[in-house]
Amino acid sequence: MAGALDQVEVAYGARKALGPFSLTLEPGEIVALVGPSGCGKSTALRLLAGLEQPTRGTVERLTGRGEASVVFQSPTLMPWATVAANVGLPLLLTGADPKTRDAAVATQLERVGLAAHDKAKPAQLSGGMAMRVSLARALVTHPRLLLLDEPFAALDEITRRDLAADIHRLWDEERPTIVFVTHNVEEAVYMASRVIVMTRGPGRLSSETLVDAPLPRPEGFRTTALYRGLVEAVSASLARAMAA
Amino acid sequence: MKRALDLLAPLLFVAVLLGAWELAVRALKVPPYLLPAPSQILAALAANAPVLAASAWNTLKMALGALVFASAAATLVALLIAPSPLVEKAVRPVAVVLQVTPIVAIAPQVNIWAGLDHPERAVMGLAAVVAFFPIFSGALTGLNAIDPDLERLFDLYGASRWRKLLSLRLPSAAPFLLEGHKVAAGLAVIGAVVAEFVSGSGGAQGLAWRILEAANRLQTAKVFAAILILGLMGALVHAAFQALQAWALTRWRGR
Repeated sequence: MAGALDQVEVAYGARKALGPFSLTLEPGEIVALVGPSGCGKSTALRLLAGLEQPTRGTVERLTGRGEASVVFQSPTLMPWATVAANVGLPLLLTGADPKTRDAAVATQLERVGLAAHDKAKPAQLSGGMAMRVSLARALVTHPRLLLLDEPFAALDEITRRDLAADIHRLWDEERPTIVFVTHNVEEAVYMASRVIVMTRGPGRLSSETLVDAPLPRPEGFRTTALYRGLVEAVSASLARAMAA
Repeated sequence: MKRALDLLAPLLFVAVLLGAWELAVRALKVPPYLLPAPSQILAALAANAPVLAASAWNTLKMALGALVFASAAATLVALLIAPSPLVEKAVRPVAVVLQVTPIVAIAPQVNIWAGLDHPERAVMGLAAVVAFFPIFSGALTGLNAIDPDLERLFDLYGASRWRKLLSLRLPSAAPFLLEGHKVAAGLAVIGAVVAEFVSGSGGAQGLAWRILEAANRLQTAKVFAAILILGLMGALVHAAFQALQAWALTRWRGR
């Protein structure tokens, strides 16, 4: 198991943001969390990362440093540091020696196709490139759980599709568990093995849909009847969740 | 062509002003102790060039010394208190009181502490008090202006408070520190001049002393010459720090 939320609730003062909500993550699966704004999707993600504590309920999570990684909606890079230094940050913080760090950084930059940009600063990168740096940074510790908080939100359609394909390819190499939050039903169905729709905040489980097609999926999957049927079903479920 | 005009326009304007000044003084026969003509100021500048240059150098030395001292002190204090909001709340009012108290009010006491035979120390100390606040305020704002998600990331990988201070807060604060130093550099020059006036002794031998001395002797042209040098010096210091800021920011951001 890569993590679990058991009947968790999160409240900020009097305002309840999430729950009760439960989720069990199986090794190597890709889970999409879909729901209306403010339903607590990102809060659920932060619980799994250990960045937040639940008000009620229990969280089971990977506690080793670097076992769980987070990619935020914006690339969240250090503007003063080079691409290589940004990718190496987790290893710097967990105390890896510089030689191991340099080698690991080079490997990850190779994986995301940015080896030639190791000395660039974030301001010199495009949005999609910065997001791939952020992804490389999350992967540098070889996490067993990868948490993506709306990674596609700020990207245009083409960059978004490229990044989705990249994430599948990277997933295939090490098979970590991935949980990602999104507003985009098409992206959720294309990417995930399981799509979870949450109700309006405080978010609870509204529906769960298995996407029964092998991963990673070719671009052509977007034209299959299975894909279109599931997109319709999840969209309808999301519409019900919004109305409820 | 347009660039040349942009450069020429202010020069032309100043030339017209000076011309009008010169003509008016001559036509109205204004006595030189009341208002000297630009030509007389230039003559005074040429006649007193060595002593004015030496005095300007003294003032600049004291201002820059004060800036170095203020920079070290302000950055250090900000670094020590930034990680704790409670300590920051405790210290900030004291810093504000220090800022709003006119230096002329504390000058006599600082003179005594510095020793009456060391007026340059008193001047430097007073100018440092003036230069302290912009750096301190900038540093504190910058140290706390961190991207919350970036901080979460540091937490995720178990970064200690000190690691966060050195690897996250301090680099985030760099643009604010640069701005603070630029403002403080200008204030340090003003602070040094004011402090020289109120330290009331010829021991410091700066530009302010030359102005006092010349004014007491009704050498008004020399007063204007000293003011001219002071203005040029202030503009030069400002331009130097502006260039330093632009250069450092480009390096920080990578473009």
